[in-house]
Amino acid sequence: MSRVLLMQGNQAVVEGAIAAGVRFYGGYPITPSTEIAEGMAKRLPQVGGKFMQTEDELAGIGTVLGASLGGMKAMTATSGPGFSLKQEMIGLACSAEIPCVVVNVQRVGPATGQPTSPSQGDVMQARWGTHGDHWLIAVSPSSVPECFDLTRRAVALSEKYRCPVILLMDEIIGHMRERIELPDNYEGLEAPRRKQPDVSPENYLAYAVTDGSKVPAMADFGSGYRWHVSGLIHDETGFPKGTPAATKNSQDRLHAKLRDHEDDIIQVEKYKTEDADVIVIAYGGAARTAYDAVDMARAEGIRAGLLRPVTIWPFADNAVKEAAQTAKCLLVHELNCGQYVREVGRAARGLVPVDLYAKYDNEPATPEQLLEKIRESAEKIKGAK
Amino acid sequence: MLKFYTKRCKGCGICAHFCPRGVLEITELNKSAIVPGKENDCISCGQCEMRCPDYAIFVKKEGA
Amino acid sequence: MKSMEELVNEYFRPNRLPHLWCPGCGNGVVLGALLKAIDAEGLAKDDVAVISGIGCSSRASGYVDFNTGNTLHGRALPISTGLKMARPDLNVITLSGDGDCSAIGGNHLIHAARRNIGLTLVVFNNSIYGMTGGQYSPLTPQGARATTAPYLTIEPSFDILALAEAAGATFTARATTYHVPILVDVLRKGIRHEGFSIIEAVTGCPTNFGRQNKLAAPAMMMEWQKEHGVMKAAWDKMDPAQREGKFPIGVLSERTDLKEYTKAYDEIIERAQSGKEAASA
Repeated sequence: MSRVLLMQGNQAVVEGAIAAGVRFYGGYPITPSTEIAEGMAKRLPQVGGKFMQTEDELAGIGTVLGASLGGMKAMTATSGPGFSLKQEMIGLACSAEIPCVVVNVQRVGPATGQPTSPSQGDVMQARWGTHGDHWLIAVSPSSVPECFDLTRRAVALSEKYRCPVILLMDEIIGHMRERIELPDNYEGLEAPRRKQPDVSPENYLAYAVTDGSKVPAMADFGSGYRWHVSGLIHDETGFPKGTPAATKNSQDRLHAKLRDHEDDIIQVEKYKTEDADVIVIAYGGAARTAYDAVDMARAEGIRAGLLRPVTIWPFADNAVKEAAQTAKCLLVHELNCGQYVREVGRAARGLVPVDLYAKYDNEPATPEQLLEKIRESAEKIKGAK
Repeated sequence: MLKFYTKRCKGCGICAHFCPRGVLEITELNKSAIVPGKENDCISCGQCEMRCPDYAIFVKKEGA
Repeated sequence: MKSMEELVNEYFRPNRLPHLWCPGCGNGVVLGALLKAIDAEGLAKDDVAVISGIGCSSRASGYVDFNTGNTLHGRALPISTGLKMARPDLNVITLSGDGDCSAIGGNHLIHAARRNIGLTLVVFNNSIYGMTGGQYSPLTPQGARATTAPYLTIEPSFDILALAEAAGATFTARATTYHVPILVDVLRKGIRHEGFSIIEAVTGCPTNFGRQNKLAAPAMMMEWQKEHGVMKAAWDKMDPAQREGKFPIGVLSERTDLKEYTKAYDEIIERAQSGKEAASA
């Protein structure tokens, strides 16, 4: 049985987290993500979980990593300035391979920016925010129902690949209310957990890879498997080892465990792209405008389509490359001065022009505004190919 | 009697300083050792063991 | 009571000795005292977690055979807090240096104390940033020399235990690497204490504090501790002039009337699940 509700994106994230088995939340209030903290404070104890409002953003994600070591699925949420503050800890989660989900409901920046206005200015920060070479996953929902689904998926991916997963929202999606159908109870839903060791404690090496996944099994602290967590470069024992070979091995595996599974990790949605001359590429809140704009363009005879990366990082190279092969032009629409467009340009390899509709004035584009850009792109490529 | 883990010893001299009988010294090799001729002067008080930051010297009680 | 040799053999991970600390560094004494305390309290290895931050003393977690983490600079307490929330049954022991705990992690210290969460925090106070080569910390005595205070420090230092107690810590104690039996004793009491406990272990850094402050001989740093540390009972009878330059050791404060945080949280869960204050999604 299910129930139909009118729900805010941030609330759907809360329900998705509960359904995914998240049982710990640590965080600090910040607009426009605060409803997630409030929702978790109410919902977690109902299901036997725990919520903490911490002294600052750093402690928020710190408690999350500690709870994850103790075997709990754990999550935090924040926005712009708070996302900056969490970056060092995200690096520890990458290095020590501690599953966690970090929600960033983007707002306008830099600095305090515009707390209640939408932006997608953190899309590169989500990938490269913490220092050093590192690999992680980021996903971006475009609707309230997808907030629920993608939160579950973010938790599942972080457990499966033992890496931080960024749920990259924006103020549009976080605060928008939409119809959503939720199951009455979540018990029937899949909520996979991290791989447990299949060897005895004496034979357990915390970072040894025993199967082709390149993801080590992770024992809970206090389960009888005593191991050492470190943010120093370490070898398969978990103890610091800084030799050139150990350093390279460590980086290679942390990269390969995601790269080798891109087919599993990367999710894109294609809308009317098969015969499209102009393919709009947009994600998150900005993509919502694109569905209507594509339909409006088609109504006036422009063959337009939409490629929507649901997984933002790792980058959907193959899907973009394919779009560059089939279309005559790619048009990136994002709510920033132009960030993701550089990745699209790289993946398109000069095959077709890559246009940009950058919107960075605190307001999302209207379908009419995007339609105008689609017309301009279509005009430029008339007679091409 | 005294048991030395020479590889762990860093020659800090804390043991020699606190030995009430002057049994210990730091050798030219920068290691703790018994002063020649004082082999029988140790009273097993445990000061050296208690203060050694490197777990490099232990006191074995007679008969233990 | 096991001998120190037996304790080292039992609790040190294989092949981790010699440790990386400098000749005469007191950190090994503090870690040895901690092992004595854990053993004397009869804690099983599986039930102990040792979480540290970053710095010389924080390397201690990697040496010992428990559930261990060497985390980020200043962040040992938040990670310990999350672990304790997930596993209230674990004895979570947090190791931190004076800089780690009172400077970059200072905010976490006062809030962990305020919550009265059942962690045992051991502060290795060597009065200096050792790992980075001798810069002054908030616990460096005013007027001392450091590489970043070549003309002597002008900043007053914290009394970290008074700070923690004011913030709500329900157990505070201090000992030094000279006063080993007292250190073991207060560590045991801190571990047994149900709420937040903080134990300041005064330890010497001959390399980076001593050399800059005319205390280069490791044994001299211990002699300094012997001369300046005064048992609480004697301290209480001293007048301000007698206390000048000295510090009290032993258990300095303890209260048992406040609920430990994870136990208090269990009541939140009960309340939420009773339905009285539970609302639908």
